[in-house]
Amino acid sequence: MKRIYVREEWCLGCHLCEYNCAFANSGMTDMVKALRGKTIYPRIQVETDENGVTYAVSCRHCKDPVCVKSCIAGAISQKDGVIEINHDKCVGCLTCVLVCPYGAVVEDGSGVAQKCELCMKNACGAPACVKGCPNGAIVYEERGERE
Amino acid sequence: MIPLEGQVRIPSGCAVSAMISRDGRRMNGERIIESMVPMHDRSNGLGGGFAAYGIYPEYRDFYALHIFFSSRSAQSACMTLLKEYFEIVQDEHIKVRKMPQITDEPIIRRVFVSPMQSVLRHLQIDEKELVVRVVNRINAQSDGSYVFSCGKNMGAFKAVGFPEDVGRYYRLEEYDAYCWTAHGRYPTNTPGWWGGAHPFCMLDYSIVHNGEISSYDANRRFIEMYGYKCTLQTDTEVITYIADYLLRRQGLTLDEMAAVIAAPFWSTIEGKSGADREKYTYLRTVFPSLLVTGPFSIILGFDGGLMALNDRLKLRSMVVGEQDDMVYIASEEAAIRVMAPEIKNIWSPAGGEPVIVRVKEGAF
Amino acid sequence: MNFYPEFEVVRSDSRCIRCRVCERQCANEVHWYDADGKVMLSDESKCVNCQRCVTLCPTRALKIVKSDCRLRENANYSDQTIKEIYRQAETGGVLLSSMGNPNPLPVYWDRILINASQVTNPPIDPLREPMETRVSLGKKPDHITRNPDGSIDTKLPPQLTLSMPVMFSAMSYGSISYNAHASLARAASALGIYYNTGEGGLHEDFYQYGKNTIVQVASGRFGVHKDYLEAGAAIEIKMGQGAKPGIGGHLPGTKAVGDVSKTRMIPEGSDAISPAPHHDIYSIEDLRQLVYSLKEATEYRLPVIVKVAAVHNIAAIASGIARSGADIIAIDGFRGGTGAAPTRIRDNVGIPIELALAAVDKRLRDEGIRNNVSIICGGSVRSAADVVKAIALGADACYIATAACLAMGCHLCRSCHTGKCNWGIATQRPDLVKRLNPDIGSQRLINLMDAWRHEIKELMGGMGINSIEALRGNRLMLRGVGLTEKELQILGISHAGE
Repeated sequence: MKRIYVREEWCLGCHLCEYNCAFANSGMTDMVKALRGKTIYPRIQVETDENGVTYAVSCRHCKDPVCVKSCIAGAISQKDGVIEINHDKCVGCLTCVLVCPYGAVVEDGSGVAQKCELCMKNACGAPACVKGCPNGAIVYEERGERE
Repeated sequence: MIPLEGQVRIPSGCAVSAMISRDGRRMNGERIIESMVPMHDRSNGLGGGFAAYGIYPEYRDFYALHIFFSSRSAQSACMTLLKEYFEIVQDEHIKVRKMPQITDEPIIRRVFVSPMQSVLRHLQIDEKELVVRVVNRINAQSDGSYVFSCGKNMGAFKAVGFPEDVGRYYRLEEYDAYCWTAHGRYPTNTPGWWGGAHPFCMLDYSIVHNGEISSYDANRRFIEMYGYKCTLQTDTEVITYIADYLLRRQGLTLDEMAAVIAAPFWSTIEGKSGADREKYTYLRTVFPSLLVTGPFSIILGFDGGLMALNDRLKLRSMVVGEQDDMVYIASEEAAIRVMAPEIKNIWSPAGGEPVIVRVKEGAF
Repeated sequence: MNFYPEFEVVRSDSRCIRCRVCERQCANEVHWYDADGKVMLSDESKCVNCQRCVTLCPTRALKIVKSDCRLRENANYSDQTIKEIYRQAETGGVLLSSMGNPNPLPVYWDRILINASQVTNPPIDPLREPMETRVSLGKKPDHITRNPDGSIDTKLPPQLTLSMPVMFSAMSYGSISYNAHASLARAASALGIYYNTGEGGLHEDFYQYGKNTIVQVASGRFGVHKDYLEAGAAIEIKMGQGAKPGIGGHLPGTKAVGDVSKTRMIPEGSDAISPAPHHDIYSIEDLRQLVYSLKEATEYRLPVIVKVAAVHNIAAIASGIARSGADIIAIDGFRGGTGAAPTRIRDNVGIPIELALAAVDKRLRDEGIRNNVSIICGGSVRSAADVVKAIALGADACYIATAACLAMGCHLCRSCHTGKCNWGIATQRPDLVKRLNPDIGSQRLINLMDAWRHEIKELMGGMGINSIEALRGNRLMLRGVGLTEKELQILGISHAGE
């Protein structure tokens, strides 16, 4: 399946992916209205390592996802490889946040968990972080399956 | 004031026609004149002309200069110049038939000359080169003299008027040639000048041409590096010089020349096999400035044959017909049918594909 | 002396979402976030108007405008002239500038118009008919020679074959970044054209693109060794550069770091100063010796280009070069770019490329030696129309560098000499260099050249020309507008309406 991959050699640490993500999932049509004066809860986050190397982290849509197994409410499911969270079912225990080995599941600001769903459910239709990255550091492509 | 020929570039549309006997049989000019009649509308009366090969057998060793003079003084100045380089073998009027359709005639002379050996030794050049240089000098520099034909055993006849009238005017029915070419001119911005009519000649090469080439200035500026002067600013003139340069000075064959001026596309060249691909690549690489683009159909006459060639996109009409020992070429099939009413074998050569016809060895 | 800044940052607070991308992306540290007031603030005195922040701002909350706070208007002493005097009075230094001459001197390209066919001959439709843009650069033989069997001996002097008559001009590794070089090399390779190393040597990673590389030998001889010479498809001797005729180059020690110093073969951190002349070339006969030394070193396999700045006597200089054994002459006009040049030289020395090109082409033809050499025209060729005009004036091909930089993201802020290029081109700072992803850079270069090739074909087709060689030197296809008799005479073209 097509997945999001990051190429840290081209990541500039500009954090635009976070804002594009937050906007894409805001349900609004204007970025200023969506984000101005608000704390954003993006589903992709730029990390910086001890050498100053930056890279964006988002859900890898694992083949054998721990988050799905750990969910006590049955809110996380995998469909055609894409892992989704049903917000209505989520009880906010945040076990998934704790078990995700990549730190890709996060709290959404309202107490429930959220994660990258490849912009499949929003108006973008394709990952907004990829489209908005100014340096091609985030790509959405088929690279074959992995464990 | 309307600019004169040579002061401005003159594009023109045209009609061309040619007939040649591969057996070297000599034919009078009647049929070639007739062939121009059905193509009357391809000319506008501002120029017509003919070239004839094999017409001066008794003077075959001498260069036949056909010259227009605007005045007696121009004539005498020109003759003085010629005498510095040549023995004058014969100097005569070209006989014409007065007619109302042809006016403003200049003095028209035919001078048979032989280059002086002392001059050739002094200049360290061969006799053809001497003829070229002297003719270029007269045409480029002297007012009132214009050499419009300078080959051996051949001659051009041209004037302002429709070609069929020009043919009658020059009494071409009295000349016998194994090869005739003809031209009717449709220039778009000149009052018409006798020297500007076709054929355009250099030594025994004569060119009749229909088209307006888009590569003109690229070709002109290149060829002028080699001593040619494009005084008329016509396509025909520059194509004649290119032919002279490639055939005489570079020693290319007719096929090779065709591969320069109507070079195959690179994609075609890539598709050819080893030696051919190398040859075509070489010719295009070495002579890029002699590629001729834009529409043209030309008939190049030379001693012992002729070559017809279209631009590589075939943007101008040209058909070829063959019957017995005769080959006919014309802008329109109608012209061929006038020359050979019963002809069966008529075809349209592809763009860039030369049609070369040679008279049998020793037949003329 | 303090001035009001040249540019103002205009930020629309009602649009700003405080994403801080402007702050993170400005190498000049113009923007910062004030956590107390929760606002973005700026120090406009550091702004060079490179527009990186403007481009990346996701809500278009930013613009950079020219400040209207100027010194009292004076048509003789402009604001800039006065401020330059202040700066020099303060520092005692030579003023430095980057990129090409920005002053309003005549751009002859814009005064030349191109012909098209109507009625008497047909335009050719490039969508439906073949349209050829391939050219070969190099010396052409004077005479055909034949083998004993009568076939033509097809051995040619070395040629550079280009799929279209445009190449990327010299920009050294050092003056521009590794990623910029990678983009140029990859694009040239994909396009079937050439890029040029400039005087910075050839990074070992780029030897794989040698077939599409012109290696330069300049007065400092930085990075020159046998393998380097043999790695390329042609060797260029750089005698001069349009942006700074008469002087050498200067790569500050701060840029001579890591692989740059290794590739140049100079100690890390040392200034790389190329002398004004080649100290083994004080005259034309010396040039001939260098040309043949380089040919000997490469077994006569490679064409040698001699690059000169367009100066007053360019026609005679070119004639000398054409007789020096060089295969190709590159002429660089006074509007050509640079990574750094003394301002006074950049803005006042040299002549326009259009006039230089026309004069050189004519002189070589007058002398009957135009076929001995090919001519490359550089120094502000900005579009496909400029290329077509250059070819019609007599060039065999064009060099572009500023346009190539623009394709890679350059915004022509003319601050290359600071080494803080926000677009990752004219810098060696690793965090900035990585801003130019060669996947993107090379693709944009390829796109630009594809677009130009299409436009060149359209223009050629309109003229009824279906092969670029029939355009070369075809000055009848050009007309001048608003030019004097003298200018027309030098350009060798008629005025529109004639």
